[in-house]
Amino acid sequence: MTQPLAAPTDTIDLAAEYREAGVADVLDRLDAELVGLAPVKRRVREIAALLLVDRVRARLGLASTPPSLHMCFTGNPGTGKTTLALRMAEILQRLGYVRKGHVVAVTRDDLVGQFIGHTAPKTKEVLKRAMGGVLFIDEAYYLFRPENEKDYGQEAIEILLQVMENQRDDLVVILAGYADRMDRFFESNPGMKSRIAHHVEFPDYSNAELAQIAERMLADWNYRFDAAGRAAFDDYLRHRRAKPHFANARSVRNALDRMRLRQALRLFDGATPIDPDDLQILTDADVRASRHFRPTPPTLVGQAPPDEEIDAYDPDRIPERSDY
Amino acid sequence: MRITQGAFSFLPDLTDTQIAAQIEYCLRNDWAVAIEFTDDPHPRNTYWSMWGHPMFDLADAAGAMQALRECRAARPGHYIRINAFDPSAGWETVRLSFIVGRPAVEPGFRLVRREGPGRTLHYTLESYAVGRQPEGERYAT
Repeated sequence: MTQPLAAPTDTIDLAAEYREAGVADVLDRLDAELVGLAPVKRRVREIAALLLVDRVRARLGLASTPPSLHMCFTGNPGTGKTTLALRMAEILQRLGYVRKGHVVAVTRDDLVGQFIGHTAPKTKEVLKRAMGGVLFIDEAYYLFRPENEKDYGQEAIEILLQVMENQRDDLVVILAGYADRMDRFFESNPGMKSRIAHHVEFPDYSNAELAQIAERMLADWNYRFDAAGRAAFDDYLRHRRAKPHFANARSVRNALDRMRLRQALRLFDGATPIDPDDLQILTDADVRASRHFRPTPPTLVGQAPPDEEIDAYDPDRIPERSDY
Repeated sequence: MRITQGAFSFLPDLTDTQIAAQIEYCLRNDWAVAIEFTDDPHPRNTYWSMWGHPMFDLADAAGAMQALRECRAARPGHYIRINAFDPSAGWETVRLSFIVGRPAVEPGFRLVRREGPGRTLHYTLESYAVGRQPEGERYAT
C-alpha cells in the first residue's frame, strides 16, 4: 500500500475552507470594484483555488512542493496592473503564503545603482523591505539593457533570481510591463522566465468600460456628468483612443482632472450665483473643450508637437514613460 | 568565560527561530533593527561596528535574518548583537539589545592590579583574547 498515512476518512468541505480563509471576501470585492477585466479575474480565481487546494493537501500530508508564486502581469498602460498587485498581496496573505501582505512597488531606479558596487546593496535593501510581502517591479524590462553590456541591471537581476529561488516562502515577486517588451525581456533572461509560474494578461478596456470607470472615479470625488456631458464623454473616448499615448484608465483619470479644471474656471468666470449642484456637475462644455476634439494642427518644422507640450504639464508623468 | 551583555544573555543562546521572534516583536512595536559586531568583548566597549545601515522600513523579520546570516558568514568568530531603536520620542532610543552570535571559545578576562602611591591598588579588566592578537584575528578558528 502506498496510501499516505493520514488518509482522509471523510470528505473535505472546500467551500468552508474558502470561507474561513476570508478569500471569498477579497475576490468578491475584486469583482465588484474593478470594472471589466474578466480574463484577469478568472485567472486570479484560478490561482486562489490552486493555493487553497494546495493548502488543504498540505494539511492532509499529501506531498506537494510549495507552489511557485512569482507572477508576471502584462498589459497596456492603465489596465489595472498595480491595483491587482495590491489585491493579490491581500489574497496571498489571507491564504498564508506571505506573512505580512504589504506591497513594495519599485522601478529600475530603486534596484540598480549608479556605479560599481552600488547595485547589490541597493537591491538587497529593497528585497529586505519586501520580505514577508510582495515585491512589485513596474516596467521590469528596464532592468535589462542589452545595448549596454556594462549595465548594472544584470547584477540586480541575478540577485533577484537568487532570492526568488531560495527564499520562496519569504517573498513573492510580481513583474509588470507591456506585453511585447516583457516577452523580449524574458527571451534574454530565460532564468527569470522559468521562475515565474503565473502569467496574467491584462486586456484593454472597451469604451463602455472606460466610461463606467470614469463615472466611478467621479462618484468617488463627488462629481457627476449631466446627460449631455455623459454623451460628450463617450465621444471624447472615441477621439482619445485614436490618439497616441492612450493609457486606458490613466488617460481617463487625467482627462477627468482636466475637466475639473475647466469646470472650476467656468464657475469662476461665470457671473451668476451658483448652487451646490453646479459644483458637482461636469457639463457638455467642460468635456468638449478638450484639445482632442480639435482638428490636429499641422506640426511646424523644429517645433514640438502640441500633444507633448500639453502632456508635459501632467504632474504624474515620468519623463521616460511613453504611455501618456 | 561566557560574556553576559544585553538582554537574554543569561539564557542559553537563542536559536534562529527565537531571534526571528524577538525581531518580529521589535518590528511590531515600530522599532528599527540594527546589527552590530565586534571582537572586543570588554563591557565598556560600547562602540561596536555596524553591519550595514539600521533597517528602518522593514516589515518582516526575514529581511533582518538575512542580514544576520550575511554578517555571520563575513565575520566568523565575532560577537554579534541586535539593537532595536525606538523613534517615538523624536530621537532613536535603544529599547532592546541582545547578543545573537559569539565566538566558540571565550577565554575571559584577567584582573589587572596596579600599585599606586601609598600601596593603594587599582583594579582593571583585560580580555585575554584582546591582549593576544590584533583586531580581526582574536577569535580566529
